[in-house]
Amino acid sequence: MKIMTCPVNGPRPLQEFVYGGDVTEMPCPDQVTDEQWAAYVFERDGAPGPHKEWWYHAPSGVWFIAERDTGTDEISNTYLYNG
Amino acid sequence: MADPIFIERLPAAGHEWIDRDQRLCFSFEGRRYGAYAGDTISSALWGNGVRLLGRSFKYHRPRGVYSMCAHDANVMLENGETLNIRGDTTLVEDGMDLTAVNTVGSLRYDLAGLTDRMSGFLPVGFYYKAFHTPNWMFPNWERMIRDIAGLGKVNPAAEWKPSPKGYDACDVLIVGGGPSGMAAALAAGRAGSRVVLVEDTRCLGGSLCYAGATAPESVATINSMRDEIAKLENVEVRLNTSVRGCYSENWLAMIGPGGMTKMRATAVVVATGAYEQPAVFRHNDLPGVMLGTAAQRLAHLYRVKPMQRALVLLGNDYGYGVALDLKAAGVEVAAVVDLRETIGKGELVHDVKTAGIEILAGQCVYEAHPAGGLRGIKGARVCPVNSDGTCISTTGINVNCDGIVMATGWAPAGDLIGQAGGRLNYVQDAAQFRPDELPPGMFAAGRVNGVFGVDARVEDGGQAGGQAAAFAVGKELPARRRPTDEIIAPSHPYPIVKHPKGKAFVDLDEDVQIKDIVNAAKEGYDSAELVKRYTTVGMGPSQGKISNLNSSRILAKATGQTIGAVGYTTFRPFTQPTTIGELAGRRFHPDRRTPIHSRHQAAGAVFMHAGAWLRPEYYGPRVRHQAIVHEVQAVRHSAGIIDVGTLGKIDVCGADAAEFLERMYTGRFSDLTLGRCRYALMCDESGVVIDDGMSARLGDDRFYVTTTSSGSAAIVREMKRWAMIWGLEVTIIDHTGQFGALNLAGPESRNILGRLTGLDISAGGFEYLGFREAVVAGVNCRLMRVGFVGELGYELHVPAQHAAALWDAVIEAGQPEGIIPFGVEAQRLLRMEKGHQIIGQDTDGLTTPLEAGLAWAVKMTKPFFIGQRSLKIVEPRPNVRALAGFVMHDSTVMPSECHLVVDGDEICGRVTSIARSPTLGHVIGMAYMRPDQTTPGTVIDIRVEGRLVQAEVAKLPFFDPSNERQKS
Repeated sequence: MKIMTCPVNGPRPLQEFVYGGDVTEMPCPDQVTDEQWAAYVFERDGAPGPHKEWWYHAPSGVWFIAERDTGTDEISNTYLYNG
Repeated sequence: MADPIFIERLPAAGHEWIDRDQRLCFSFEGRRYGAYAGDTISSALWGNGVRLLGRSFKYHRPRGVYSMCAHDANVMLENGETLNIRGDTTLVEDGMDLTAVNTVGSLRYDLAGLTDRMSGFLPVGFYYKAFHTPNWMFPNWERMIRDIAGLGKVNPAAEWKPSPKGYDACDVLIVGGGPSGMAAALAAGRAGSRVVLVEDTRCLGGSLCYAGATAPESVATINSMRDEIAKLENVEVRLNTSVRGCYSENWLAMIGPGGMTKMRATAVVVATGAYEQPAVFRHNDLPGVMLGTAAQRLAHLYRVKPMQRALVLLGNDYGYGVALDLKAAGVEVAAVVDLRETIGKGELVHDVKTAGIEILAGQCVYEAHPAGGLRGIKGARVCPVNSDGTCISTTGINVNCDGIVMATGWAPAGDLIGQAGGRLNYVQDAAQFRPDELPPGMFAAGRVNGVFGVDARVEDGGQAGGQAAAFAVGKELPARRRPTDEIIAPSHPYPIVKHPKGKAFVDLDEDVQIKDIVNAAKEGYDSAELVKRYTTVGMGPSQGKISNLNSSRILAKATGQTIGAVGYTTFRPFTQPTTIGELAGRRFHPDRRTPIHSRHQAAGAVFMHAGAWLRPEYYGPRVRHQAIVHEVQAVRHSAGIIDVGTLGKIDVCGADAAEFLERMYTGRFSDLTLGRCRYALMCDESGVVIDDGMSARLGDDRFYVTTTSSGSAAIVREMKRWAMIWGLEVTIIDHTGQFGALNLAGPESRNILGRLTGLDISAGGFEYLGFREAVVAGVNCRLMRVGFVGELGYELHVPAQHAAALWDAVIEAGQPEGIIPFGVEAQRLLRMEKGHQIIGQDTDGLTTPLEAGLAWAVKMTKPFFIGQRSLKIVEPRPNVRALAGFVMHDSTVMPSECHLVVDGDEICGRVTSIARSPTLGHVIGMAYMRPDQTTPGTVIDIRVEGRLVQAEVAKLPFFDPSNERQKS
């Protein structure tokens, strides 16, 4: 089992974390076409490689971003969301 | 009864593993045998002269001792309910009653032994080819093959035995307690690491325990190292424990006497040693043919004379030591057959010569000669051979012997390295694979690392232990230097000799022969992975540990590739057979119980699982249906009480609380006034309904929100994420486990509640969808006047520690009206009569509020809410389906949830809820259907187990459409 470093709680076993999907910024709903909006909602790049992902440390309720290579499963960095 | 058969062992000596003071008795195939405590089943049987220990899987050939170290897959036994016991490693217990698995009839008169004579008609890939022509015959063939195949018969009535699981952590885990592992433990222990040293046999020492002539000082070495280890308090030794799998980041599964331990190690030293590899020649599988280390184990650990007259086939100097060991055990060594043309000059070779043992260099065993009556072998033919395994002449000489001992080379026990993502490379000089790239925090030492001399192994282990200790504390790793090893080429590159009549076995588990590998190569299966699947080599219980290397050698030769290019098959957990029971361990599903659980138990509740929660389904002693009707009628006619403590309960506070709810939920909350609550519906970003509940205003900057029971954790999580992304001044406090809640419902509920509180709860004082904070039965309580079940009702939320007392007080107060508790099933029925949807039951992963009849709860005119943009795309389009109610007046055949609504060939929707309504006296339900079918009075077809039944679409709600009751 993997260890993941929560930016607040430090290294913790992976089973304490919940995956929250790719970090994708919501476009302004009023300024996009239907197609662009649908792309935001549904289309994700699943190709193995470096990804920015949302992760949640469930016992403490901390959301943060992890930079993870989904090909090698290496987590290079974790940090709190900063607007 | 006759005395058990017992033949006395060799005189006590050295490092034996048997306790001669304890005699045991067991039976095998109906005959009784004596044994010493510490004997394995195989050592006891072999010591008593038994040669036929099992039958092979495919051809049912006779098999005996081969490895004596967990790879003897053909010696599997059954002891009552315990199946597939390995004879070579399982200790004899007094009174065991053993039979061999995989026989038809008995081990001696195995009817399936006929397959051996038919083997010429069972070529490689036979199953794939023969049994699919014609295709329709396959199911019959399959049934027959399944009857013949398989090892042991599971008794489904066997008693369940819990096998516990533990969790542990250490700085350095050392796998293997041989000289390199012990040296690693000493080095890491002295460096201050918390060390766990795991050894899968009963004592430390590894191969030194049976090294004999190959390492004369071995017993002294073991003892001194073991004593040194015992002095270190930070080194823990775990015997009889094997590491079965290595998962990401040094997370290892170990199984020992106490069950499974999941070990988190910062660094791992793999000192797992090497598997001795057999030679391949005709009849190399018969009882009496065994590995050099197997003969050494028999002779040294169990003091069993492995045979009377031995032929030693070897390809390295180690084998000369084995020959000396045999001689020391009183075995007559007929000759040493050295595959190499030039024999070594080492001390062991010299000793063999001095002992007067004949050495036949540049020769091979061309074939073994079976003795009649399943007694093993009676001799062998020795022929001159080239280094690539081709016989120069097949005339040769015949040698009489009842045993052939093979010492031709090794393969690293690199399973854990492979599982962890490391790589092994083929080293031509050493004719074997060696670890190349190791994942971070993993270190290899000893034979697995290609280091063979005892001193070299100790040095290698010490270095690995030092590196592991440094890694564990994040220090720079000390440099590693390969020790000088006196043994240069421990493996022969091709100890394989073809025979025109075959029966030269590469894999004993699966009866794979040389010709099978060659034929697979001819058919185009040119990599180790493909050959494995096509021929099943390495797929048996020993998982190729003593067959994969030879298979790769044959394949490489047949395809003209190097062994490195052919490669090896992927190492996967488990390194040794692991029972489902060991994995399953003890069931660990904590049930969540509400604070009122004990009251439900006392009231005779029948519980059901609702997500993680245990909830009363209904209350006994009535049978299910009658109980539900009884509970429904109480709520409709008088009063009932239900525990709704499983609902998600969230405080949303902060200056932006109202704005936050506006964005999270589809409805409007900024205009919700103090002391009021409102239905709250939540969508995801694609506009699909995901949750609902109530939202009450506690203050200007404070709301109390409920969610569905199953959704609470996810909703809290999403709320926290969006609050952070939007940067709103809002705090989410999850009270789900901290608050208990109950719903008092029914026409009498106001009267009952009135006896418990000073709050004005008159129709005008506490109106429908009102919210109050007040003292009820002496407890500070949040009250919501809601009507999920379609009656006058109050939801009371209190801190968990007061919930049971409040429940008692309400029941007590409701005695004059005959209040009773009702369960989840009654609530489901009540709400359906009232036409209320349950999110997740009457909606699915694609349902929009527009389809589910919830458009009224969606305020599209708001500036923003999650899902709004998607709903704006969907809204102008006609719905594909819509949720509607239906009734069935004739219901001899009653549909179930998820039965399809059809129109001819078209599937229009499905039933989401259905039940017989005690209030209305007929069957009511909700279903998705085509929007044009939703007009009340339309007759729809529902397909029930192939039949069509008719239902009539009805207007929702079925009951009290003017809401008089819940608003009263």
